[in-house]
Amino acid sequence: MSISFLLNGETVTVADQPATRTLLDWLRDTRRLTGTKEGCNEGDCGACTVMISDDRGHRALNACILFLPQLDGKSITTVEGITGPDGELHPVQEAMIDHHGSQCGFCTPGFIVSMATAHLNGRTDHNDQLAGNLCRCTGYAPIIRAATAAQDKPIPDWLAPISVSKISSGGRPKAGGADSPPAPYQPKTTDDLARWYADHPDATLIAGATDVGLWVTKQHRDLGEIAFLNGIDDMRAITVSDTTIRIGAGATLSDLWPVMATYHPDFAEMIRRYGSVQVRNAATVGGNIANGSPIGDSPPALIALGATLHLRHGDTRRDILLENFFIDYGKQDRAPGEFVEAVSFPRQKDRLKCYKISKRFDQDISAVCGCFNITVQDNRVTGARIAFGGMAGTPKRAHNVEQAIIGQPWGAEAVAGAWDAWAQDFQPLSDMRASATYRLDVARGLLTRYLLEDLGGTTRVLEVRA
Amino acid sequence: MNNQRSPDPATKPLPHDAARLHVTGTARYVDDIPVPGDCLHLAFGLATVAHGQITALDLSAVRAAPGVIDVLTAADLPFANDVSPSIHDEELLASETVHYIGQPIFAVIANSHLAARKAATLGRIDYTERPAILTIDAALAANSRFEDGPRIYGKGDAEAAIAAAPHLLTGQIEIGGQEHFYLEGQAALALPQEGGDMVVHSSSQHPTEIQHKVAEALGIPMHGVRVEVRRMGGGFGGKESQGNALAVICAVAARRTGRACKMRYDRDDDFTITGKRHDFRITYRVGHDDAGRILGLEFVQYARCGWAQDLSLPVADRAMLHADNAYLLNHVRIESHRLKTNTQSATAFRGFGGPQGMVGIERVLDHLAHVVRRDPLEVRRLNFYAPASGDSVEGGLSAPPASGRPPEDILSKKKPGDGDLASRGATGDMAAEGDFEPGEDVQTTPYHMPVTDFILHEMVDRLVETSDYTARRAAVAAWNAEQPVLKKGIALTPVKFGISFTLTHLNQAGALVHVYQDGSIHMNHGGTEMGQGLFQKVAQVAAARFGVDVAAVKITATDTGKVPNTSATAASSGTDLNGMAVQAACDTIRDRMAEFLAGLHQAKPGTVVFSGGQVRVADARYDFAEAAALCYQNRVSLSATGFYATPDISWDRIAGRGRPFLYFAYGAAVTEVVIDTLTGENRILRADLLHDAGASLNPALDIGQIEGGYVQGAGWLTTEELVWDDAGRLRTHAPSTYKIPACSDRPEIFNVALWDQPNRAATVYRSKAVGEPPLMLGISALMALGHAVAACGTTYPALDAPATGEQVLRAVQRVQE
Repeated sequence: MSISFLLNGETVTVADQPATRTLLDWLRDTRRLTGTKEGCNEGDCGACTVMISDDRGHRALNACILFLPQLDGKSITTVEGITGPDGELHPVQEAMIDHHGSQCGFCTPGFIVSMATAHLNGRTDHNDQLAGNLCRCTGYAPIIRAATAAQDKPIPDWLAPISVSKISSGGRPKAGGADSPPAPYQPKTTDDLARWYADHPDATLIAGATDVGLWVTKQHRDLGEIAFLNGIDDMRAITVSDTTIRIGAGATLSDLWPVMATYHPDFAEMIRRYGSVQVRNAATVGGNIANGSPIGDSPPALIALGATLHLRHGDTRRDILLENFFIDYGKQDRAPGEFVEAVSFPRQKDRLKCYKISKRFDQDISAVCGCFNITVQDNRVTGARIAFGGMAGTPKRAHNVEQAIIGQPWGAEAVAGAWDAWAQDFQPLSDMRASATYRLDVARGLLTRYLLEDLGGTTRVLEVRA
Repeated sequence: MNNQRSPDPATKPLPHDAARLHVTGTARYVDDIPVPGDCLHLAFGLATVAHGQITALDLSAVRAAPGVIDVLTAADLPFANDVSPSIHDEELLASETVHYIGQPIFAVIANSHLAARKAATLGRIDYTERPAILTIDAALAANSRFEDGPRIYGKGDAEAAIAAAPHLLTGQIEIGGQEHFYLEGQAALALPQEGGDMVVHSSSQHPTEIQHKVAEALGIPMHGVRVEVRRMGGGFGGKESQGNALAVICAVAARRTGRACKMRYDRDDDFTITGKRHDFRITYRVGHDDAGRILGLEFVQYARCGWAQDLSLPVADRAMLHADNAYLLNHVRIESHRLKTNTQSATAFRGFGGPQGMVGIERVLDHLAHVVRRDPLEVRRLNFYAPASGDSVEGGLSAPPASGRPPEDILSKKKPGDGDLASRGATGDMAAEGDFEPGEDVQTTPYHMPVTDFILHEMVDRLVETSDYTARRAAVAAWNAEQPVLKKGIALTPVKFGISFTLTHLNQAGALVHVYQDGSIHMNHGGTEMGQGLFQKVAQVAAARFGVDVAAVKITATDTGKVPNTSATAASSGTDLNGMAVQAACDTIRDRMAEFLAGLHQAKPGTVVFSGGQVRVADARYDFAEAAALCYQNRVSLSATGFYATPDISWDRIAGRGRPFLYFAYGAAVTEVVIDTLTGENRILRADLLHDAGASLNPALDIGQIEGGYVQGAGWLTTEELVWDDAGRLRTHAPSTYKIPACSDRPEIFNVALWDQPNRAATVYRSKAVGEPPLMLGISALMALGHAVAACGTTYPALDAPATGEQVLRAVQRVQE
């Protein structure tokens, strides 16, 4: 394997590293760049945040679940590179000192990189930009004061010209000598992937690595043959036609957000709370579907929108309803060598509400994720697509509830009339996120919330101010 | 000498001394220290059953794994197999019996961290399983406990007072534990030295404890072990005793291999292996009058201590010592059960039992207000201790002599406990001399200590005004009358927190100060830096004593070779103790310089002034550096140690009588919340905090402790839920499942102010300890949530903690029934 990237402005070529070597371990152990910290080794604390730049812009990402091959052809800026070449401080660094934004200091480099990336991107929604960085000392208030104080300061000279044009990618990573670890496959087009995967059906496909990363860092799994999909530009497209919105499997949640903000704002609001900036910049829509998790947040929303999944094996394509993809826990309707190429759903009047219920608002996996798409004409329910995550072994539609309300006058009686149907649709489990009883109670309550929102009521604690 | 109020620069709001290193990523933590190229890495193999006898241990696959150099079991330990800070009940590696899921059984030594971690999962261990005791109820049923029976403190006759009272109120609250989630996990590095000596770098709040346990494990005197701690990436009590295992195994492995050995826990291992805050159940019986005045009160506190004693006894003691919080209880009985379970050994966590005890009494006041139908704040005020009277400052206007010592009888009566003398887990006899029955006009705590510095009346008055409490409470009621689904709540709760180690002999500190011939100053003391800004505050004291800029003072790593026999940096004591010790060392050097310079100019030493970077004597002025050089040339010693022992404290922890604390730190908070009655989702909307840091040594750092403490306390009581399954496995073992507050969880409106009146007790520059007390301001969030739930019905919500969405929804359903 041989890959090249820029590290704090310097061209680096890496060879003879295992394909699953994480950027964090390589930075700390091989390069002795110890400013980037390991806090959790699973992408949940942000202490290892680095800035990755390419022709698509600058993104904050968690280095602990980034594998080196994913960085081929990119520019990496660590906290050491946020500081100027002669030790000059970046405005966010100065502000963090002035506003007492560090106490123990261990989370601070990750915050600095997130803040500097947001600063470079002109983002001032600091709560959202920093939701992926945990601090246990400060209570965050001084950090937000620092971010606010720095937001209008100019971008320092040493960060302005980051460009990846001068890196020549290592190209197709090549196997080294006989003792070298096997080189991963890094296709540039969907067609290449389709051909290769048909011949290597047991390979592990890695897009954002926000899930597969943990198989390596926590479970020490041997992934066997690997293909990294992040170099496939043509699988990342999101296209909006008169009739359909089609999302390439490689689109990240960050890519999806602005499109949904236009067409289905409540889906966008849920994406805002999906993982964190670092996770959304890595995680793909395809990955969120293909891993078959019962607690992924995008499948319930997409199912509620009536989405179709576009699967591909070699040159053969097949379309199925997304809800039919999920057969059982850990089991999907996907043949060996077949992969998710895209997901699409019809253009429609926006009636979608997405309710993500979790212990913490930001960066938490849903205990229950309920997505409701109910159409009403002349005060009567004419259609309903209701889908949930966290209520079964798969993302699942609430067919009985839908049937109970379709045709009914839209109101409290329809909601009450569906009471028993909920238990027919769902027999949820109890786990560390919530009990079965709570999950069922919440699911019922969310239909009430949907109704009240239709009537113009205030129903969301996030919208309330003191 | 002027030390009644803080002179410049001891009160400047300077940034943390390492702030520039933090923001540039150049601050070094244990895992960042450059190591020799052949450094080895360790990982523990862990028990997978909660209670059982090891019948077979097959480590062949571990030994054969790539990169593995050696594997150690209990049989390979040359000396003590013990990392307990108290009664030698905590094996480093389990030899026969395992007591919880996550207990270390063997240690892998490998050539990389990853190789060690991978190999550590390959052990094949057979057990004969035994019944595991996991819960408070199971422990009570089995009478599984530490100490022979419950500990009981009391005053007056609670039973008779409750019987005679017009009304009886009973209730119960469950209070969950809390994972520290220091961002830097536990870590240690051992570097073998010549002659069998060992240098250890540890992420520890208690270097002397590490030194002691390493020396025991290596079979050498403490002088053969030097422990260095420059900083921790957070501690919060979790690094008072929980770092012992890593440091000891690294030292043992370093001795065995002759190579540097390093260990750091992966986050999941850290959660699985180490102790957390004790969870508690507290029941109460209250006799009260129509107005809500408490006439008699009985508490039973049940603490789930986990498998080993660790620091659980003093934690449970402190819970009892805070069962009164701010309220006068004339007839009170507190019964405390310290229960032994097959779970992680619960340990120190910011507040050290105090927060749990305080939640108990705040719940009582809240419940009481509900049944007498009054604003809880009125009922709280009604039960407050009387205001402090007389002079605002005790003991004259100057700080005590830095060598102030406790009464001799305390030291002479001290017997070594069964454990490490320098640990809070030690249990020495502490029967105090003297009469602790104060005069009738003095109000006392349930442990008979007079309360003479009570300032909460004035503080609450001011906070009510600045937070606009009354109008906002009315606005909340109006909102709740209007809104069908979302309900608001608001609550004001006070904090009174006792300051001193309750193991009295720990209230001592040492310092070492050098002035170099160029006028630069090297400062060292026994306290450790975990982010709280201790080093900066103490450096400001040193700079003030010499009248120089704080930049002239070099802050150096805590080092058991420089200052010996240190106490843990714990109990909020860091600045109180070490600031005084450094002040004493500086004053010794300053007095020597003054005496010499005075002699040179035929002046009196007392007229020499150290200020503005200069030394003035008679008509002469020297730069401080000049003065230092002159002293050096004239053979004046410019190095000194300093020592401080807290005066006036003495108590009997068995009887629960005496003065365990030098003083109390106070605070009060108003929190407003909103809940969703359909899902239980809830959010803090606004918090107003007023906190007493005495005459603050550094207002910026103190406010940082207050803001951070509040958010950590609110997190404990809301989103931070620890869940064990029926097998005893901790299911919330990473940030993916255990949710500390994130950025947006802080109150959107967050007003924080310092009370900023001098401490009545003679502390360093009349400041007050500020590490732990603000955490308990977060209790206002729990009470506000209860208030919001109460708006949904007529019965009392009796909300348990943590008040997750699920708990809130359950409580809503209860009051709606």
